[in-house]
Amino acid sequence: METSFREGLGMSEKVLMKGNEAIGEAAVQAGCQCYFGYPITPQNELTAYMSKRMLEEGRVFIQSESEIAAINMCFGAAAVGVRTMTSSSGPGISLKQEGISYVAGAELPVFYVNVMRGGPGLGNIAPSQADYFQCTRGGGHGDYRVIVYAPSDVQEQYDYTMLSFDLADRYRIPVMLATDGILGQMMEPLVLHDYKDPGDLPSKEAWRLGDAVTQEPIWITSVRLGEGELEEHNFKLQKKYEEIVEKEVRFEETAVDDADIVVVAYGTSARVARSAIEMARAAGIKVGLLRPITLWPFPEKRIREIAEKVDDMLAVEMSLGQMWEDVRLAACGACRVHLHGRTAGGVPDEAAVVDQIKTILSSKGDEIIRNF
Amino acid sequence: MERIFTMPEAMKPEQTLYCPGCGHGIAHRLVAELVDEFGIRDRTIGIAPVGCSVFADKYWNFDVISAAHGRAPAVATGMKRGRPESFVICYQGDGDLAAIGTAETIHAANRGEDFVTVFVNNAIYGMTGGQMAPTTLVGQASMTCQLGRDPEIMGYPIRVCELLKDLPGVAFMARGSVDSPKNVLKTKKYLKKAYSNVLEGKGYSFVEIVSPCPTNWGMTPLKALKWLRENMLEYYKLGVFRDCDAEG
Repeated sequence: METSFREGLGMSEKVLMKGNEAIGEAAVQAGCQCYFGYPITPQNELTAYMSKRMLEEGRVFIQSESEIAAINMCFGAAAVGVRTMTSSSGPGISLKQEGISYVAGAELPVFYVNVMRGGPGLGNIAPSQADYFQCTRGGGHGDYRVIVYAPSDVQEQYDYTMLSFDLADRYRIPVMLATDGILGQMMEPLVLHDYKDPGDLPSKEAWRLGDAVTQEPIWITSVRLGEGELEEHNFKLQKKYEEIVEKEVRFEETAVDDADIVVVAYGTSARVARSAIEMARAAGIKVGLLRPITLWPFPEKRIREIAEKVDDMLAVEMSLGQMWEDVRLAACGACRVHLHGRTAGGVPDEAAVVDQIKTILSSKGDEIIRNF
Repeated sequence: MERIFTMPEAMKPEQTLYCPGCGHGIAHRLVAELVDEFGIRDRTIGIAPVGCSVFADKYWNFDVISAAHGRAPAVATGMKRGRPESFVICYQGDGDLAAIGTAETIHAANRGEDFVTVFVNNAIYGMTGGQMAPTTLVGQASMTCQLGRDPEIMGYPIRVCELLKDLPGVAFMARGSVDSPKNVLKTKKYLKKAYSNVLEGKGYSFVEIVSPCPTNWGMTPLKALKWLRENMLEYYKLGVFRDCDAEG
């Protein structure tokens, strides 16, 4: 057998890694016991990485017959209490949505990755953020939510993968890492670290299947046909979602305090926005950045606070106004919310963003500047 | 006094809600009797599919998970691979196994997954009210083929055992019926073989059970049994289709 990836590597040692592989390595470190995947570009490096690493660790890797099968294998593995994950890109995530809805209904911890590409339909294989609605609105049928992390570099893809497993276990909820073809395939230096178990994660023994029957047999299901039974269950889920909104919102702010206009952008778009802000600041324009790290729960409280202080916000995204809707909802009319959107492989250009900022600052009244 | 016939421990003392003359009750009981006989109730996980047996958890006295329509073999794969010490029973109907879940069925069999599949074939969709199943016979009427199944338009009924038996991952494959005490006992024998195969890690073990659905066939229970014998057993031949032990 070949040498294990970690062998010979000291702690906190820097390695150069692709985003997709960093996600895989983080999952291995976090104790993922079962990976189930199906080929799709641009996430293939992750499946390939797991096919080697999981077997190296004596764990389970299956290249399933479909994305549908993969998520249902996750459903089974999660039900017996082991950490499990799947990964795909938009078209495959669409197929997984049925299963994710069942996972949410049955309250199982499953981690999944969407390395976003251009859509709709088969679309293309270029980087995109066009699955924002699909990611943040549950995506499948029924009244449910999933936690969505949106990393913006290789290190964050590694770190938030580990955190995702913890949150999936803590809340018994599907957790998604929403990344894209650029972040998944780019190489950056990565500081490896051991997975740290927070220690306060709830035990799975009370609900997982296959243990000695010391109590009533356990039933894991998402079907609740009794009168009022499903509504009661969904209210319970809602309570959990409210706790998540309360505790798990994550975002990063850059130069917001003195800003006249604040850009809202996540993932790859946020990297471009950062450069745009530097360019604008160098030209004497006071621009700030709010970068949502959780797309759900969305940092709506903070956006509302900022909207009260500035006249303008600008959503920069690699989709045509999907996140913009959330920014507008959060701002709730307190300021103008403009849009800079690219799609289907188009990546925002920092100079174009700065130009739009200038246009916005010289515009008047209620005019909303949409640039796409 | 010695009690020689009791409710299996692996059955809950509940009256099933299945229609009069339905085969699911017998199939459930056979599954449970064998769980007791092998003494594996503490590590058995049953899968309740979408269909009439979706509430199998109400009758089986062991852990049960309800799977999405057709996805039971994938869920079973995840459970068995995640906890290899568990004993997984993948219980499915004809629509679930041979229509919406065909891909999952074929690939689980092909990987030789170590679980037992119990395939209840009653040639109709029961829970949704009697639509045409992949196993509905030519000429048989249903809600969605009211003039009878016309193979020119709807294709022929699928013989699942014949379709799957040659996959190398299949360790055991047989078709039984619950139309008579004799066939019930034979079916139990097939199931027993499937259980012992899986317990010994020999691979995918599959028992089809031809079963009556009087309600959706629009027949009395007795007439349904007669129809099953005269029609279904003509097309779905009973017997063993694959036995890795017999092949040596």
